[in-house]
Amino acid sequence: MKKIKKIKIKINGKFSTINENLSLSIFLKELKIPLKKVAIELNQEIIDKNNLKIIKLKNNDKIEIVHFIGGG
Amino acid sequence: MINDKLIIDKKKFNSRLIVGTGKYKSMAECAKAIKLSGAEIVTVAVRRVNISDKKKPLLMDYIDPKKITYLPNTAGCFNSEEALRTLRLAREIGGWKLVKLEVLGDKKNLFPDMIETLKSTEVLTKEGFRVMVYCNDDPLIAKRLENVGACAIMPLAAPIGSGLGIQNTTNIKIIRSQTKLPLIIDAGLGQASDAAIAMELGCDGVLANTAIAKAKKPFQMALAFKNGVIAGRQSYLAGRIEKSIYGSASSPKTGII
Repeated sequence: MKKIKKIKIKINGKFSTINENLSLSIFLKELKIPLKKVAIELNQEIIDKNNLKIIKLKNNDKIEIVHFIGGG
Repeated sequence: MINDKLIIDKKKFNSRLIVGTGKYKSMAECAKAIKLSGAEIVTVAVRRVNISDKKKPLLMDYIDPKKITYLPNTAGCFNSEEALRTLRLAREIGGWKLVKLEVLGDKKNLFPDMIETLKSTEVLTKEGFRVMVYCNDDPLIAKRLENVGACAIMPLAAPIGSGLGIQNTTNIKIIRSQTKLPLIIDAGLGQASDAAIAMELGCDGVLANTAIAKAKKPFQMALAFKNGVIAGRQSYLAGRIEKSIYGSASSPKTGII
């Protein structure tokens, strides 16, 4: 059986180890992120949510997921 | 008074009070205070989603963005780059084009860095944002912000969260006289009378957060601010009497027994 290669990514400032070739769409689904209420950045570039399925995560990718919170 | 609306970027609002959503004990308290204040616009911050604790309540679950206008704010940004990044992300969340720009320059007094603010206003406006700009109470800088496309001028009353009230009424009057843009006093108010004073100076609205959220009774203060803004606006529209150093009797001099 072929062993699945693992990669290291950073999400909201924390390291995480995931399977190689995982799409951003599946990754966010696993995290149960409410897509309509957030914005996503991949390596400092804002991601169009329509493209989540075609983006494959790579080693050392940096993901930021933000939403609105209370503020002045 | 029915037709006396606050107009920002062609949108009409009945309330001239904008409230911040920070510093409340809970989301429920924040939501109730907003309701009592009558505010139709609230400022919100953009921050990381808590990945490890997804049970944490979301602001949108308590304050419906379809009913209350969310005004994404760049509070906590100390340079143009951070502010631009924050507002581009905010636009992505829900398609918001109306935003509040706040670029701070000093961690102690939280005064705005107007060089970075001016630069950011210009970039954001070119990108199609409608930018309400937090600024110093400086008429020259207010004019420059207007020239680069700001859609509202938001001078501070005093340092953010200080509760000192308007420190420079003269400058606010000068800014009022030179601009037709919405003029909204942002930051530094402490009590409802401060909001009334801002409105009496001819401002179009006020923004309050700490004064309400950190009052001993936030709900009562939310209501007081609502009434303060209404009273101040009505007083401004009514037109005050001339000031005189002499007395002027209220009762007629004729028919005195």
